[in-house]
Parts: sequence; structure tokens; C-alpha cells
Amino acid sequence: MGFLAATGRAFLVFLEATGRLALFTGSAVSHCVRPPFYPRQILRQMIDIGYYSLPVVGLTALFTGMVLALQSYSGFSRFQAEGAIATVVVLSITRELGPVLAGLMVAGRIGAAMAAEIGTMRVTEQIDALSTLSTNPMKYLVAPRLLAGLTMLPLLVVVADIIGVFGGFLVGVYRLDFNASSYISRTWEFLQPLDVISGLVKAAVFGFLIALMGCYHGYHSKGGAQGVGAATTNAVVSASIMILVWNYLITGMFFSTK
Amino acid sequence: MLSPATPKIALSGVTKRFGPKKVLNGIDLQVGKGESLVVIGGSGTGKSVMLKCILGLLQPDSGSIRVDGQETTALRPREREKMLHKFGMLFQGAALFDSLTVWENVAFGLMQGEHMPRAQAKEIAIAKLGAVGLTPDVGELSPSELSGGMQKRVGLARAIADEPEIIFFDEPTTGLDPIMADVINELIVQCVKDLGATAVTITHDMASARKIADRIAMIYQGQIIWTGHASDIDQSGNPYVDQFVHGRAEGPIKMQIRAL
Ligand SMILES: Nc1ncnc2c1ncn2[C@@H]1O[C@H](COP(=O)(O)OP(=O)(O)OP(=O)(O)O)[C@@H](O)[C@H]1O
Ligand SMILES: [Mg+2]
Repeated sequence: MGFLAATGRAFLVFLEATGRLALFTGSAVSHCVRPPFYPRQILRQMIDIGYYSLPVVGLTALFTGMVLALQSYSGFSRFQAEGAIATVVVLSITRELGPVLAGLMVAGRIGAAMAAEIGTMRVTEQIDALSTLSTNPMKYLVAPRLLAGLTMLPLLVVVADIIGVFGGFLVGVYRLDFNASSYISRTWEFLQPLDVISGLVKAAVFGFLIALMGCYHGYHSKGGAQGVGAATTNAVVSASIMILVWNYLITGMFFSTK
Repeated sequence: MLSPATPKIALSGVTKRFGPKKVLNGIDLQVGKGESLVVIGGSGTGKSVMLKCILGLLQPDSGSIRVDGQETTALRPREREKMLHKFGMLFQGAALFDSLTVWENVAFGLMQGEHMPRAQAKEIAIAKLGAVGLTPDVGELSPSELSGGMQKRVGLARAIADEPEIIFFDEPTTGLDPIMADVINELIVQCVKDLGATAVTITHDMASARKIADRIAMIYQGQIIWTGHASDIDQSGNPYVDQFVHGRAEGPIKMQIRAL
């Protein structure tokens, strides 16, 4: 009996949390499309997410592209398929690794910062103060972050794609002694628009999820510094897991075998 | 239509609990238009919670809260936003926006709520800062660079900046020196007199209460146990009020403490 009760309780808690998240998401999205808008806030968030994440995302992409070329060379040379390296690099980067790794890096950087900032505003009553100053906190705090996440992550991933492919090129040409022009033509040969587009759709979804988790956990944090700390952790962990789950779902939607 | 007798704010039977803990236990209170009410009561008796319930920042469990005769406990978000337009609030912890400068904090309601141009809003903000004894150069600082008392005064300037109809002050003089406290008292009186605002002030400072209040209400164990004219506070005939006003440890109000 005790076991059943505990299971039931856990299930109810799960349902409640899911419902609360769904309500929060619905309300946040509706505030994204209804005026007034706060261009200053949106711009600030875009710079924070887009511009200041460039170094982290760029470095991640560069080394990922490089290691991809190296790994596939040592693997493919076993069955004389070294020629496929350029193709493997560009497809892996644009379809999978660009969006997923950029998403995970940004989740650590931005999701945590959002949860900490909004969480602190919650526990110091700044969110209450916003309401008393005729400003809807969902519109002023949450909507700009969601919009910025949604739009900036695809841009970051475009950059990550280019740098990642370039990393593969560097290793291919300077370390593995491929001919530069044939490496480049190999890169383009099998690349289809859908490969890039699916990656960018993933990026937009990931950007939205990162901002949503950061805002949601921050908004509902309680109880001082400890509460804000917990909110920060939860934001990063839940955003990372959601990225991995949605990555699978979106891949399934774009490239289902049937 | 509103008859002249309609109170600006009317609470009846308002209750609020946090988990098993009953904080508000049936609050009945009325504040007339243009009146200055001071609420006194022990620490942790639910004074701040009461203000937040009126503003809708906390949802009361039961009871009715009317502002200008309009029931506010079941308002939809849009209507609540409109209602909150009438209010200004100084939070107990000041609650300044730490991502903005001091003057942007004070001008926030003017710029966001009333869409005033930045330059004009800044001028008003500097004037309001002057009224609470802060120089214009303080306006360029960030809130974290201010002392506690200065933050409190900035919070006060922000609460009165867009000249709301109803202003709540949660412990406006706590943490201020006696002279500055009196300046702030004057300022609150002035807001009520000149702007015709309705004010509800929470304070532990009896000198301040006497100066600000038209009427005083005392809250104890989640209920209003006494209300009366400020001039009657010394002849309340209520042992709880007497004990509080004179700050005696002995009396009907028992502090939950154990000897060392
Ligand atoms: N968000 C909350 N969650 C749980 N309990 C709360 C919350 N807010 C207030 N309380 C509890 O409600 C009680 C009343 O709090 P409140 O802040 O209204 O006290 P107060 O009368 O303003 O005291 P003080 O004069 O010290 O400011 C306290 O015991 C507090 O623990
Ligand atoms: Mg309080």
C-alpha cells in the first residue's frame, strides 16, 4: 500500500509540474505575439545570447569538426573509404553536432544566467514590483528571452556549421594531406538544403527550450540564495535533456525512413 | 456609480494561509478616499501579506477585497493590470531593479506605464529623488551601490513617481536616521494632502504613525483587533494596543521566546 501511495503521489506531482509548465508556456507564447513589446529588452537578450556565445560555440564547433575528420579517417581507412571524410564531416555537423553541441553549450551559459537573474528578481520581490509599475513580468522578462532564444540560436548554428566544416577542412588538408579543392568539392557534393534546414529548425527549437527552461525555473524559484541555486541547476539539466529528446523527435520528423 | 461613501479599499473576511500556517484570519478593513491609514502590529503578523493580497500579488484563500467598489479577487489578468495602474508600492526590501540605474528605477512607471519620453521621465525622476533627499548624481549609480536607507528612499521615490491614486508604504522609515525619517513622514503627508492620494502605511515607528495617520489599525494574530482615530491611540482602552504603543514586554501579547 505504501508503495502504491508513494507512486501515486509522485505521479500527481509530475502531472502538476507538467500542467504548470504547459500553462507557463502558453501564457509566455501569447505574450510574445501581443503588444506592447519591449525592443530594448529583446535587443539586450539577443546580444547576450547571440554575440557573447560566439566564442564558446565557435571553439566547440572548430574542435568538433577537427576531431570528426581525424576519427573518420582512422576508421574509414580500414575499408579504403577515406574519400567520404568531407561528406561525413559536413553532414554530421549540419544535421546533428552543430545544433546539439551549440544548444548544450548555450544551455549551460544562457539557461543558467536566465534562471539566476529571474530567480533573484523573484526572491527579492522585483517581479512583484514590476506588476505594481504597470508592467507585466511575463511580457517584460520572459517574452524577450524566448524571442531572442528562438532567433539567435539558428544564427549561432549557421556560424557553428561554417566553423565546424572549416575545422574538418584544416585537418583534412594540413594533416591528412587531402587536396584542398577536391576536399571542398566533396563537401558540397552530397550536401542537400534539407540537411542544413533541419539543423536550423532544431536550433530554433533548442533556443526556445533553453530560454523557456531558464525563465520557468527562475520565475518559480523560492526561498533565497539556495532556491535560486536550485533553479539554476534545474534550468540547465532540464534544458539539456529536452534538447536531446527533441533532437531525436525532430530528426525523426525530417528523416523518417518510411 | 460610486457614491461618496464607497470606501477606496474594503476588505472583508480575508484569509490567507501558507501550508498549515494561518497568516490572515479574517481581515476586515476599510480605507476611505484620500485617507491615510497606518497599520501597526507585531513582526510576522501578516501586514506585508495583507498588502500583497490587496495588490493581487498573493491570492487570498477566501474573503472579498474591493477597490473602488470593484471586486478584485477574481479579476482577469487584463483587468488586474488596469487596476494595478492605480497603485504605487514601496516594498519592505525596496525591490529595486538591479539591472537598471537609480533614475531608471524611479522613472520606470513613467516610461513603461505611461510611455513618457526618456528625457522627460529622467527630469521627473531627478525631481522625485530630490524630494527624498538624494542628489542628481545618485541617479546615475546602480542600486547595489547604495546604502540600505538610500535604497529605501529610491523605492519611495519610485512608488510616488507616477502619482498613483493609492500608495502603499511598507515600513518607509525603517533603517533611516531620525531626521531623514521625519523628512519621509512629511513627504508621505504631502502626497496624501497635495495629490489627494489614499495611503496605507505599515510601520513599527509610533512617532511616524502619529505624524502620518488619519486612522490607525492594529493587526494581531491575523485579524484587525482595533481601528480608530490617530488621536485616540493613547486612549484606545485596548490592552493589546496599549502594550504595542508603549513597547512593553509584559502584557497580553506574549512573545514566543524562551530564556537563555
Ligand atoms: N511567500 C510566503 N511563503 C510562506 N510563508 C510566508 C510567505 N510570505 C509570508 N509568509 C509568512 O507569513 C507571515 C507574515 O508575514 P509578513 O511578511 O506579512 O509579516 P509582517 O507582518 O510584514 O512582519 P514584519 O513587520 O516583520 O515585516 C510570516 O510568518 C511569514 O513566515
Ligand atoms: Mg512586513
